[in-house]
Amino acid sequence: MPAADPILVVENIVKRFETQDGVLTAVDDVSFNVVPGEFLSVIGPSGCGKSTLFNVIGGLMGDYDGRVTVGGETVRGPHASIGMIFQEESTFPWRNVIDNVAFPLEIAGMGRAERIERGRHFINLVGLNGFERRYPAELSGGMRQRVSMARTLASEPKILLMDEPFAALDEQTRLLLGDKVLQIQQDLKQTTLLITHNLTEAVQLSDRILVMTYRPGKLKRLVEIKLPRPRTSEIVSSDDFGRYVAQIWSDLREEATKGLKDDEARRGGEKSS
Amino acid sequence: MSAGATIRREGVPVVFGVACLLALIALIEVLIRIGMINPFIVPKPTDIVMSFERIIMEENILPRFFLTCGEALMASLMLSVAGISIGVLLHKSRIVRLATETWVAAVASAPLVLMYPLFLVIFGRSAWTIIMIAFVSALPPVILKTLEGLSGTRPVLINVGRSFKLTPSQLYWKILFPSALPTIFVGVRLGMIFALINIVGVEFLINFGGLGQLVNELAERYDLPGTYAAICFVILVSVLFFISTERIERWLRPGT
Repeated sequence: MPAADPILVVENIVKRFETQDGVLTAVDDVSFNVVPGEFLSVIGPSGCGKSTLFNVIGGLMGDYDGRVTVGGETVRGPHASIGMIFQEESTFPWRNVIDNVAFPLEIAGMGRAERIERGRHFINLVGLNGFERRYPAELSGGMRQRVSMARTLASEPKILLMDEPFAALDEQTRLLLGDKVLQIQQDLKQTTLLITHNLTEAVQLSDRILVMTYRPGKLKRLVEIKLPRPRTSEIVSSDDFGRYVAQIWSDLREEATKGLKDDEARRGGEKSS
Repeated sequence: MSAGATIRREGVPVVFGVACLLALIALIEVLIRIGMINPFIVPKPTDIVMSFERIIMEENILPRFFLTCGEALMASLMLSVAGISIGVLLHKSRIVRLATETWVAAVASAPLVLMYPLFLVIFGRSAWTIIMIAFVSALPPVILKTLEGLSGTRPVLINVGRSFKLTPSQLYWKILFPSALPTIFVGVRLGMIFALINIVGVEFLINFGGLGQLVNELAERYDLPGTYAAICFVILVSVLFFISTERIERWLRPGT
């Protein structure tokens, strides 16, 4: 990526939790920058503090050491420049698609006619035109995640922060939605930070990938993905794609093994106690 | 699928339900006629149908029906406003909730109708005695279900609201409340059932008027077909209120 001034700076983040077994360090001294227009992914095994990092950067979690700044402004809570897309299904079931997407515009005080028009623009962007009057219960899981994405994009955030948004979807839908994310990111030049544990998703979408260690979550390695843009999901069949996946997996394998052993030891302990 | 096919598909359960009811009534009629059910305990359905005209013309049932409906409507409005407000208050204040939740749950199962002499002293022999007993007896389920609905809001929806920087008031009215509405309506429906039971029971007890008093009078005259016909009107009140709450819920919370 070109050496531009970073829009998001994450400095020396340390987050600890009080647990029954003592203090647990979930995130330990994590620092990185994101430059405008960049797509950066944070990848790590389950339990490495990815979601904690997501909540810290999004301003949903306080009481941590370190600093997060957006455009030079310190984040001390939810920030208008950061738009969040969550792992769990998060559409409002009592609102139809257009009213879900126009929600942040309604909160901003925009008139109904104007917000409906703006909402339609973002619905078109995620490819859901024709579904404006449908309710979430009438949509598939992938369509509902696209509604969430359109809703967050409607708030026109400077940074899109996504926490494993396609985790609950099947692999084929995930690849196709990856195409949609790539297209939107390239069209809007949207700065995006993706938290994920999915290797192919990270390589398919990212300019850079930060690999995290298993507990406590530290940065292990930074991998620059030099695959050509614009990309589509067809890139997954290229040799370079395979090499990146193999390279990141060699880093992740050790961490994922630690996580698995730790989980087994904990479950064994629970069983014997 | 064509519109006609959709209507046909949606109409099938309704037709099937009505057919089952008619079949059950026909079965009872047959069992009474062949002597397997004592007609002095359960009158023949055809006799009940024949008695409708008599109780409408001679027993002044329409004013009684509207009196019971009015009492039920007033009690329902009061318990909806008060029950939901108290539920919201308990959800907002943890200390008040911990201090009172068990008591509210205990009141839900208490036979408050037995306190009718106290209500008679306070409100006199009037519709207000009936309404207030119904209101107090039916309040706990509305409070408890409101509390359950608000507490059961999915954390991710609250986080969406927080990420859009909603004020506490916006968070409440734009996310928590609509999310809790289906559970709140379960409470309101439960409350209305409690209220109607108490209304008919107290009308019966204090001999004030309404359908409860008529059921009592007809039963004392041993006019069994008339008694059952009057009970049908009580059921009609219940059905009307149930349909109304369903419509209001669909209007307030579409998409479910």
